Amino acid sequence: MFRNVFSMYYDGFRSMVVGRTLWKLIFIKLFIMFAILKTFFFPNFLATNFSTDAERADHVLQNLTQVQDRADVNKP
Amino acid sequence: MIEQIDVSQVNWARATFALTAMYHWIFVPLTLGLSFLCAFFESIYVRTGNEEWKRLTKFWMTLFGINFAIGVATGIILEFEFGTNWSNYSWMVGDIFGAPLAIEGIFAFFLEATFFAVMFFGWDRVTKKFHLFSTWMVAVGSNLSALWILVANGWMQNPVGMKFNVDMARFEMQDLWAVISSPVAIGHFTHATSSGFLLASLFVVAISSWYLIRKEHILFAKRSIAVAAVFGLFSSLFVAFSGDEHAYVTASTQPMKLAAMEALWEGETGAGLVVAGVPNPMKELDNDEEAFIFDIQVPGVLSVLATRSMDGFVPGIKDLAYGNSEQNIVGVDEKITRGQAAISSLAAYKAAKKAGDEPGAATALTEFDKNRDFLGYGYLQSVDQAVPPVSLVFYAFRVMVGLGTFFIVLFLAYLYFAYKNKLESMWGLHVAGIVSVFLGYIAQQAGWIVSEVGRQPWAIQDMLPVTVARSNLDTGTVVVTFFMFLLLFTALLIAELKIMAKQISLGPKGGDV
Repeated sequence: MFRNVFSMYYDGFRSMVVGRTLWKLIFIKLFIMFAILKTFFFPNFLATNFSTDAERADHVLQNLTQVQDRADVNKP
Repeated sequence: MIEQIDVSQVNWARATFALTAMYHWIFVPLTLGLSFLCAFFESIYVRTGNEEWKRLTKFWMTLFGINFAIGVATGIILEFEFGTNWSNYSWMVGDIFGAPLAIEGIFAFFLEATFFAVMFFGWDRVTKKFHLFSTWMVAVGSNLSALWILVANGWMQNPVGMKFNVDMARFEMQDLWAVISSPVAIGHFTHATSSGFLLASLFVVAISSWYLIRKEHILFAKRSIAVAAVFGLFSSLFVAFSGDEHAYVTASTQPMKLAAMEALWEGETGAGLVVAGVPNPMKELDNDEEAFIFDIQVPGVLSVLATRSMDGFVPGIKDLAYGNSEQNIVGVDEKITRGQAAISSLAAYKAAKKAGDEPGAATALTEFDKNRDFLGYGYLQSVDQAVPPVSLVFYAFRVMVGLGTFFIVLFLAYLYFAYKNKLESMWGLHVAGIVSVFLGYIAQQAGWIVSEVGRQPWAIQDMLPVTVARSNLDTGTVVVTFFMFLLLFTALLIAELKIMAKQISLGPKGGDV
């Protein structure tokens, strides 16, 4: 059973034609997304700036209750 | 659309999200529909035992695989953006979105992943019936993945089954079934997935038409068209039906969106549906300009669509903005006052809690509960901020509906000429078929513009405007990521088109994935 499943994957991957290019593209894409974009450009704002859920909740509540003048950006 | 993007951080964050979502939705609908078409093709192969149908199935499966591979994980970038650009929103909806997205991960993704390998690698290793079962499971799994994310989107448009936890500043799930079975969520799922079936049918018809024009793979192309045109016709009709139902639900849950879709400024009984028109760009909430420069209306149809009655009252933008006591409509102006009261109570609650004043906190909470349904309105500075961009929504809606109607006629024409066995000589029809796949993508994007621009200014309907949903970031960072995504997604799209084009030029003899 396991041998059959393994050989299906093994032979399947070995005999790929277009699939080889596609897998290369997938790996490049995932590398760009996770190793570059996520790491350097998309830190989780709350996870990075606050260490506990209580602090995060307090920050969001602060934003919700401290109504600033958002007239410059509020127009849809 | 460019005029509407200013340099402020929130608008760049919105533009980045729109860009990412629109690129993501280039890949998704084709996956949703082509997976089912592959299952149909393979079912015919298993039933007839004809190897030509197997060859045909494998060809379309290869194109499905290319689209899936290029599109996979592009949606994850949206989650990156939630955490970075929309951290307030992300925090507030975490409890609601956690359940549907977890179900998606555990159920649909694994269903998909398990049978994916069998579908591509298992042709000579498992029985015909088990292979067919796997192909169907990939189709079901792909569409189930869409279900959960569309349920999440439906909740944003109609937040039900939740309670706002004032201590944690979070919307917490009270009733999962209410979230899943919300008419808005069901409307989104049925309309979006069936439009994906329609698009995939156009895709198959377009490529098959290309072969017929070139007089290549003629039998293959005719068989593909026969199946895709039937699927496309039923899908188109269902898209129209589900769209009608969706608009009916929108009339009660998001009346401002419906009013914008119709550029209906003054409410009417027996309201007419604008079949074609040019909204007056000078028209605004506080002036008496004519709503249209030119319009053709069908009397009473909008009332039927919104209320299921020819004499039903459909509120206009002004009714919703300023209220209409005759129709028991509370205006945005009053909602702003109540929203501001909710924010003040929330601030008082927070201060009382911090000071250890429990009776004060209880009083503030009672006050907050009286106005909690209007919380989001408290962040608006003026009534006009509750009105979405009318012209954009109006035109996008007409593009979507107009093209959807055209596709019904197109599929009928293909079926008629297939029945008459005249497909090979219908050069003009094939050109229309090829062009229509691009029109299909335009209709898809127009649909999302109606849905998402039409609900502005809300990130969560009535609860949280986009301006409060954002993170406190500098604009420069967001602008940089906008252009990075533009480059990344454009590169992916070019890669997909090149690989697809090569595989299409090879035709059904091009081999497996």
